[in-house]
Amino acid sequence: MKLFGSIIVLILVVIALFAPLMAPHPPLHMDLDRRLEGPNQTYLLGTDHLGRCLLSRLMEGTRYSLGIALLTQAIALLIGITIGMIAGYRGGGLDFLLMRLVDLTLAFPSLVLSLAIIGFLGPGIQNAMLAFALVHWAYYARLIRGMILEIKGRKFIEAARSIGVRPFRMLLRHYFPNLYSPLLVIASLDTGRVIFALSGLSFLGLGSQPPTPDWGIMLNEGRLFLNTAPHLMLFPGMAIFLTVMGFNLLGESLIEPRTSMSTFYNRRTFS
Amino acid sequence: MVSYMIKRFLFLIPLWLGISFVVFIFLQMAPSDPAEILLRKEGIDPTPEALVAKQKELGLHESPLLQYGRWLVRVIRFDLGTSYRTGEAVTKELSDRLPATLELTLISFMLIVLFALAAGLMTSLKSHGVLDRIGLILTIAGTSIPSFWLGLLLIYLFSVKWGWFPVMGRGNLFHLVLPALTLSFGITLVQARLLRTSLQEILNQNFITVAMAKGVSRSRILLIHALPNALLPFLTTLGMTLGRLLAGAVIVETLFSWPGIGRLAVEAILQRDYPVIQGYILFTAFLFLLINLCVDIGYRLLDPRIESGSM
Repeated sequence: MKLFGSIIVLILVVIALFAPLMAPHPPLHMDLDRRLEGPNQTYLLGTDHLGRCLLSRLMEGTRYSLGIALLTQAIALLIGITIGMIAGYRGGGLDFLLMRLVDLTLAFPSLVLSLAIIGFLGPGIQNAMLAFALVHWAYYARLIRGMILEIKGRKFIEAARSIGVRPFRMLLRHYFPNLYSPLLVIASLDTGRVIFALSGLSFLGLGSQPPTPDWGIMLNEGRLFLNTAPHLMLFPGMAIFLTVMGFNLLGESLIEPRTSMSTFYNRRTFS
Repeated sequence: MVSYMIKRFLFLIPLWLGISFVVFIFLQMAPSDPAEILLRKEGIDPTPEALVAKQKELGLHESPLLQYGRWLVRVIRFDLGTSYRTGEAVTKELSDRLPATLELTLISFMLIVLFALAAGLMTSLKSHGVLDRIGLILTIAGTSIPSFWLGLLLIYLFSVKWGWFPVMGRGNLFHLVLPALTLSFGITLVQARLLRTSLQEILNQNFITVAMAKGVSRSRILLIHALPNALLPFLTTLGMTLGRLLAGAVIVETLFSWPGIGRLAVEAILQRDYPVIQGYILFTAFLFLLINLCVDIGYRLLDPRIESGSM
C-alpha cells in the first residue's frame, strides 16, 4: 500500500514534468475531421468534441492540476504557518483574536465559504485558488499553533532563549525545523483535497475556464456527450481519482500506523 | 441544561455576525458596481451622472460602516433584496428552492445512517485480517472518487445504458436515487469505518468479555452491549455530516439539474447575481450553525456525563 501511493505520485510527477515531450499531440490542436472518436491507434484515448487528443490533454492537465494544487497549498500554508506561529509564539490578546478568526473560518463548510469568495470576486482559476487558500489557512494555523505551544515547553527552546536568540531567528531556526515532518504529511494528504476542490470548482464552471486542459473542465464538457462518447468523462475522472488516491495513500503511509486512522477520519472533506 | 442551551444559542450571534461582516466586505470588494448592473438591467446607459444618481438612491455614497448597519437591519428583517436576474425577492427564491435541497439531503442522510450502521456492524467482528485490509483500501479508494465523477458514472450506467433511472430533474422517488447515492457515498464509507473502529474498541473491554463468559450470544453482545456505547461518537459525527451534505449538494444538484439552493448559488455566481449569492451564503451559514447547535445539545442530552459548563 505504501509503495502503491508513492508509485502513483512518482508517475504523476514524471508526467507533469515531461508532459510536452511525452504527449503524442499538442493539447490544443483540433483535428476537426476526427471528432468524438473512441480510443484508436492515432489517438490512444480518443478525441473530444473539437477533435483534440484526450491523452495529450490529460497529460497537460496533470502538469496544470498538480501545479495549481501545489501553488494553492503553498499560499494556504504560508498564511497558516505565519499566523499559527505568531499566535502560538506571542500568545495573549493577539493569539485570542487570531484564534477567533480561525474559529469563524472553520465554523462553516469550506465549500460554502469558497463559493462566497468566488461569488463576489467572480469565477476564474485565480479566484478559485485564492478562495481555497483563504479558507484553508485557518486549518493549518490552528494545527501549527498547537505544535508551537507543544515545542515551547521544551528544553532546547529554553536554552536558546537564555542565550538571547531573537524572536525571528527563534521561530525560523528553532521552531520551524520541528514542524517539518508533520507538515510534510499534512501537505501530502491535503494535495488530494486541493485537487478535489479545484477540479470540483472547475467542473461547476467557477474555476479554470476553457480551453484550459483542466480535468474538471474536461469532465464538464464530457458530460454533454455521455451518450455518444462516454470515454470523455471516463478518463478525466479516472485521472482525478487516481491522483487523489495516490496522494491519500502516500499521506496514509507517511503517518505512523497507530495514529493513521484517527487522523484520516477526523479530517473534514471538501466535497 | 437550559442555561447551557441559552448560552450556546447566544454564542451563535457573534459567529453569524462575523460571517455577515465577511460577506459584506466581499460585497465591497466585488469588482463590479451594483449601481451599474442595475442600470444596465433597467436599460439605462450608465453615464457618470446616472451612476452617481443610482449610487445615491442605493445609499452607496455613505460610509461603509453605516451601509453595513443598514444592510444588517434589512437582513434581520428577512429582506435580502431582489435578484438581479428575475427581479424576485431573494427570500422567495431561496424558499422556493429549499424543499428540493432538504429532500435530497435528508434522503442522503437516511442512506448514510442505514448503510453505515449495517456496514459498521458487519465488519466490526473481523479485525486485522485480510478483509480488514481490503476494507481500508476500499475506504481510501472510495473517498478518493470525486462526487461529480461518481455521479456521471452512475448516470451513464443506470440511466443511459440500462435506462433504470431518469437522468436529471426532480419528480418522484426514482429521480432521487442517483443524486442521493452520489451525495452519500463517500460519507457512508467514512462513517462505517468510524463506527467499526469504535465498536472494536468497545469489544475489547472487560464487560464484553464478561458477557461472553456468561454465554451471551454474539449478536446480542454486538447489538445490546456494544452498539449503544459506540452510538454516541457515531451520532456526533453524523450530525456534522449534515453540514457537509448541504455543501456537497452544490455539486450534486448542478450535476443532476436538481432545483435546490446549491444550484441556485452556482447559477447566481455565474451570472453575478450578488443579492442571491449573499442570500445563499447568509442562509446556509445560519442553517449550518443551527445544525451544529442541535447536534451539540442533542449530544449533551444523550450523554449527561459531559459537563454543561464547558463550551
